[in-house]
Amino acid sequence: MNAELVTELEAPLQRTTTSTRAWIVSALGPTAALGGVIWAIVQPYRVTLLHPLGQGFWWLFVEPPLLAVAVGLFFYFVITPGLLRDLAEEHATAE
Amino acid sequence: MQPPSEHVHWLFATGFLLLALCLLAEAVVGTDVWRRRAWRAYLWPGLAFALGVLMWPVMTFYTNSAIHMIAHGAWAQVLMAGSAMELGLVSGKLRSGWWRLGMPAGFLVSGTAFLVHEQNSWLFQRSAFTHHLLGWTLVVSSIFPLVRVLRPRSQLAATGFALAFVVVAVTLYCDRDVAQIFGHISPLAGAPHR
Repeated sequence: MNAELVTELEAPLQRTTTSTRAWIVSALGPTAALGGVIWAIVQPYRVTLLHPLGQGFWWLFVEPPLLAVAVGLFFYFVITPGLLRDLAEEHATAE
Repeated sequence: MQPPSEHVHWLFATGFLLLALCLLAEAVVGTDVWRRRAWRAYLWPGLAFALGVLMWPVMTFYTNSAIHMIAHGAWAQVLMAGSAMELGLVSGKLRSGWWRLGMPAGFLVSGTAFLVHEQNSWLFQRSAFTHHLLGWTLVVSSIFPLVRVLRPRSQLAATGFALAFVVVAVTLYCDRDVAQIFGHISPLAGAPHR
């Protein structure tokens, strides 16, 4: 019986797939946040907090680069950790 | 205290960006893992439904013509209907996979509404361009939710569906009330903002 050999060949492949998926999920939030940071650097006048004098409420409240950063950070800190745990659990169950 | 319309576009862009990240994550880990926690299963359909509800105040307060009112009302309805069907499927109250047709229908209606209600040409000014682009993006990318109906496990359909929302979010972030587009602005558009 060479069933053990088959297991040995498949297990690393599955681990690689899971770790790739985990890496992609982990990168989603930071990528969005990084996009916001780059945007703020390229168009600093979009960040009215840098020059708040004379700005109205909406110009101070809605600052697109900061909103993109906020979404990325929210996703990374609130949604990603549980998702990675569930992905690891699914992987463990599959093994 | 009413925000300028470009700010409303940016707020919706933020909602669509979060929606896109959730859909991308679901496409990567698979629906089974994504739905392991009940709150997460309801997250993106709930968010889409909330965006649909928020379209009603937009319809009410940004009605500068009848066609704008109809377009905003149509977006509100199809976004709410499509996401309500997804919520029904998640909760198990709806069982047939054909209910997923709500999303491609929503994409088609939204895209058409964008194209119909924008009466200026592509290079009239920035918001005209973004409306045309959003319209065609939604019309063309309606193929992804449609494939999702026929092949619910298709990775390509799930990824395309998510990326469509990324494009929508980025395009909405690019919107300005009055601004140049690729160096063009019609003299009829008014004075460009910052």
